[in-house]
Order: sequence, then C-alpha cells, then structure tokens
Amino acid sequence: MSTKRTGTPLVEMRDISIAFGGIHAVDGVSLDLYPGEVVGLLGHNGAGKSTLIKCLSGAYQADSGEFWVDGKKATIESPIDSRDLNIETIYQTLALADNLDAASNLFLGRELTTPLGFLDDARMEAETRKIMARLNPNFKKFKEPVSALSGGQRQSVAIARAVYFNARILIMDEPTAALGVHETEMVADLIKELKSQGLGIFLISHDTREMMDLCDRVAVMKNGKLIGNERVEDVTEDDILSMIIMGKNPKKAA
Amino acid sequence: MTDSTETLTTSKSDSPNLIAKFLKGTELDTRLLGMFGALALIWLGFHFYGAIFNGYGAMLTPRNLWNLSVQTSSIGIMATGMVLVIVTRNIDLSVGALVGVTGMTMGLLQVEFLPQYLGLGNPFIWIITAVTGILVGAMIGGFHGWLIAYRGIPAFIVTLGGLLVWRGAAFLSNNGKTISPVDSTFQLLGGGPYGTIGATGSWIVGALACVAIIWMLIAGRRSRMAHGFPLRPIWGEVTVGGLACSLVVGAVLLVNAYPWPKGIIKQYAAANNITVPKEGLFISHGFAIPVLILFTVGILMTILVNRTRFGRNVFAIGGNPEAAALAGINVKWMTLKIFALMGALAGLAAVVASARLNSATNALGLLDELYVIAAAVIGGTSLAGGVGTIYGAILGALVMQSLQSGMVLIGFDTSVQQIVVGSVLVFAVYLDNLYRKKAK
Repeated sequence: MSTKRTGTPLVEMRDISIAFGGIHAVDGVSLDLYPGEVVGLLGHNGAGKSTLIKCLSGAYQADSGEFWVDGKKATIESPIDSRDLNIETIYQTLALADNLDAASNLFLGRELTTPLGFLDDARMEAETRKIMARLNPNFKKFKEPVSALSGGQRQSVAIARAVYFNARILIMDEPTAALGVHETEMVADLIKELKSQGLGIFLISHDTREMMDLCDRVAVMKNGKLIGNERVEDVTEDDILSMIIMGKNPKKAA
Repeated sequence: MTDSTETLTTSKSDSPNLIAKFLKGTELDTRLLGMFGALALIWLGFHFYGAIFNGYGAMLTPRNLWNLSVQTSSIGIMATGMVLVIVTRNIDLSVGALVGVTGMTMGLLQVEFLPQYLGLGNPFIWIITAVTGILVGAMIGGFHGWLIAYRGIPAFIVTLGGLLVWRGAAFLSNNGKTISPVDSTFQLLGGGPYGTIGATGSWIVGALACVAIIWMLIAGRRSRMAHGFPLRPIWGEVTVGGLACSLVVGAVLLVNAYPWPKGIIKQYAAANNITVPKEGLFISHGFAIPVLILFTVGILMTILVNRTRFGRNVFAIGGNPEAAALAGINVKWMTLKIFALMGALAGLAAVVASARLNSATNALGLLDELYVIAAAVIGGTSLAGGVGTIYGAILGALVMQSLQSGMVLIGFDTSVQQIVVGSVLVFAVYLDNLYRKKAK
C-alpha cells in the first residue's frame, strides 16, 4: 500500500484558486501526486473537488496558482494542453457524444486517419475492440451509438478512452457512481493495475470505504479549501467523515 | 452515419421474415427506403391524378423529371450545408437572402464590371464570377458564424437579421433593377438545352458512377475482412450493387429520353450547317450541368461528413457540445467554419439559380431558406442535433420539389400549394419522431 513519496512528483498543484462570480469554488489549494500513487479527493457536493480537477484537465482555467508536471512548470489553458501532458480525465458526466459509436467516442478529438487524411474507421474500431476486450470482455455493441448502451457499458467506454492513450496521470471523477457491484470491482482492479504500472491517479468519490481501500492518501475539501491531506494509514474512517462534515482536521487539532 | 447503425438495431428483431432478412443482408437504411417510397408515391399520385382528372399524366414524363432534377439543384446544394448547421444545433435563416445578395454581386460583376476590362464574352468571365460569388457567400456566412460563436448571439437571431440585411443589400446593389442577360458561358451552369452533357456524356458519367459504386463495395468488403469484422452476405452485396447501378442506368436512360425542342434543334442545325431530316433530329439533353454540380457537391459533402475529422467533430458537437469541447475540439472555430461553408454553398446555389434564370434579381432565392430547412428536416436531420445525412437532405429537396412541381402540373393554386407543403413538412417530422422512437 505504501508508496515512496520521493523524487519529483508527477503533478504538483500550487495554491490553485478559481472563482465564479465572487464565489471561491477553489481557494488556494495545493496538492501533489507521485508515480504509482492514488490520491482520493473527498468532500460534500459543491466542496470544489470537481472544479479543482477540471482546472487540471483544462476544462476550466485557474484564476491563480501554478501547475508543475514532472518538476517543470506547465501551462494548462485547454483540454489539449492537459492531454499533451499525458493527463487523461474520466468526467463524472462521462462526456460522451451519445449519437456516436464507441470507437468514435474513444478517439474523439484525436481520430486516427489514413495517410490521405481520411478517417480510418476500421482501424479505430479494431483498436476499440482490443482495449474493450481487456477492460470489459462482455462489451459487444461496437456499431451502436453509445446512447443505446447501459450505464456500465458507457462507463467502460469513458474509461477506455482515458486508458488507451497511455496516460501517466489519470483523473477519475466518480468512476463507479453508475456501476453495479461486479463492474465496480472491475474498476477497482483496473485502478490497482494502473497503479502498479506507475500511473498517478486522482480519484473522486463519495464512498469513504472504497476510498480507504483504493487510495494511498485522501485529501478532503470543504467550501473550496483543502481541509486535510493524510495518508490512509494515519486516519480512520471517522476522521475523514469529521473532516468532510465539520471541515476540521482532527489530526491537526490533536 | 448514425442512420446506418440504426438499421442494425431495427433489423435485430428476430422474426425470420423475408423483409427483415433482406434488410439485414443488404444493411440498407430503412429511412432511405422510406424516402424512396414517399417519392414514388408522390410521383405516381400526381401522374395518375393528372391522367384521370385532367386527361393527361404529365408527372412521369422524361421532360418533367428532367426539369425536376434541374429545379432541385439549387435547393439541394444548400440543403447539404444546412445538414451540418442543424446537426450542430444551429439554424441558418439567411440562406435565401445570401442567394439574393451573391446573385446580385455576380450579376453586377459579369455584366457591368468584367466586360469593361476583359471584353464581352471573355472565357474567364464565368469562372471569375462564380468563384467570387462563392467567396462572397463564404465571407458573409463566416461573419455570421463569428457573431454566433465568438460573440454569443444565437444563430436564430443572427441569421434572422441576416435575412433582412442581405435581402435589403441585394435590392440596394442595383436599386432593385434586374440584371439580364448573364454571360453566355455562365448561363450553361443553370442547365437549359445547351447546359447539358448530351447522351454520350451522360453514359460516361453513368458508367463512372457504376464503377465507383462497385469499387466502393469491394473496398468496403476488403477493409472489413482485413479487420475481421462481420461481412455482408454475397447476395446482399450483389443486391446493393445491382440496385444502385440500375438506379444510375435508369437516370441516364431518363435524361437521354428527353430530346431538345424543335426550335433549339433548328437553331443548332443552322449554326453547325447540319440539314435536319424530315422526321426530325433526336438530340438528347442528357444530364444538366446544375444536376452534375449537385451530385459533385453531394459526394464531396458526404466524404467531408463521413470520412474526415471535420465531419466526425461536427456530429460530436451536435451530440454533446460539452463533451466535444472537453475532447479538445474547438467548437467556436468549427461553428464559424460550418457557417462559412453554408455561405459558400449558398453562393454556389446562387450561381445555379441566376444562370438558370439568365438574370440576377434582388428576389432571387426568396423563401429558399424555408425550402432548404424543410429539405434537410424531411431528409432526417434532427433539429435536436447530432443526426442527419447528406443524401437524405438531397432526397428531401427532391421530395419538396416533386410536391411543388406536381401541384403546378395539375393546376393547384399557389395558396393550396403552400398549405400542402406546410402540412407535409409537419407530418414528415411527426413520422420521423415515430420512426426514431421505434428504432430505439
């Protein structure tokens, strides 16, 4: 479980702030992530977890603060910037185009083309079949728009999209919210596998038990501020809950 | 693109009847078949109505169907662009006015300006004129797109304003006066007896089309095989190829069955020192040039939509704009480009329309926006975004034009025509809703 937190972190967010119309959605948050580490982000709805993560994925632009990736200062102003830094995101909404099939969604925005510059649909479908065989062997609906898929199947398309492109940093915003027991287990196994490959993962979830199980560290946010950032071994579930609810870190108080 | 996937869904019902087997084997789109059915119904209906009540069925004659093909061209060209606009959840109400203003621009250019510098009848006049018209259309469309994407004004408002502004500009450009006649080469782009490619030319086009169809089927099969995807049964491939090729051959036979009128033959014979035999000369029209322009636009737009990243991204934006943006697609820039493309196609439609009329008037393209939108929607483009096909829009334009022309032939009043066209549009969208629900 323990990860060596030495060397340069994969990502370092320093003093990130973003406000929407006077409301500080994220207020001076600093957080880092090392290779092979899973960091869980916890907090109430509206605590600022998703917003913080969207700054890192380029969906929002932070008002202030710095991103350091691999020890180098990085500018993240768009989803493309983030992607170029090998940061992949699985959004809570999945961000799928419902009218397109799995392959088109997997390669959305970075479609494979033939030497003449036309779409290589056959190769995209073949690649999709390959990765889906690994992630979700039961997946068969390759020709249908993703609107025709079940919640779990849609989720696996979104996960495949993040995993396929050799991400080094993975952001998963409630990846198991729409899943059944069996599929949730598959996601947990996948997280462990990716972790062993040396990826760094930010995981957002409401399920404290699951987080204790999967994460190396948990970071708790409330009202846009980082309340605590603790190794899982050092805290109890009650500690986390009190951070989420009270907004106070019992470790610091003690 | 999405429609082809729907076919699989619908044909999945396990009743082993012949129709289901046929649809599954050929992978033909049921919506496409439905549109051909509607077209056949309209044509036969008007033909026999005319035959029974007026004593003469004028609908299914080579002459009428040839005219129909020419009349469909300008609306069809614009409908292909409207598909992209509507797929991305926008609307363009200004295309008719764009036809007017680009038509006037081209009229002034080729009649008032270019002959002064190049001399009347210079062979470059038509091409400079047409390219300018298309560019002006693209620039105005791009400007609309910029207002919509980068200034956040709803497309409905921008293009509603554009409808008024550009119609007014078309009037002001020559103080409401009509410009006529246009350059003689330019005129060929609108069809007419001389603006056709004749019997031999039509057979060549037909043969090329058949070769292309067969090549596409073979290439598609190879590609599926190479990746180990399920194949169509051989009889399915043969049926699809056979149907498509007979459609092409039928079209060639049809346009070749329509001869030049006597007056034109006399004129032509006199100009070329041919003596006309007693029983008369039979010179076929063949495909009209505007129809070939429409086909070319249709093919290029289909490639753009189905085979390029641009087209894929258009559909992604239509399906989920937020997801498209998160996937790194520049939605604003795409919107601008789509409206510029729509404008360019309106410019091209103006070339065809003004050439056909042999004049530029400020009323050119009046109400075209409604027919173009109706054509796209009847062709299966969903106003909710994300769904639509190019061939559907062209067929939709043909359906609209067939209705219109059929009612003229049997002598319906303009007011009745409007009532019918309006009702058909609403009914078609209702049918489409039913179809989609069933497909799900």
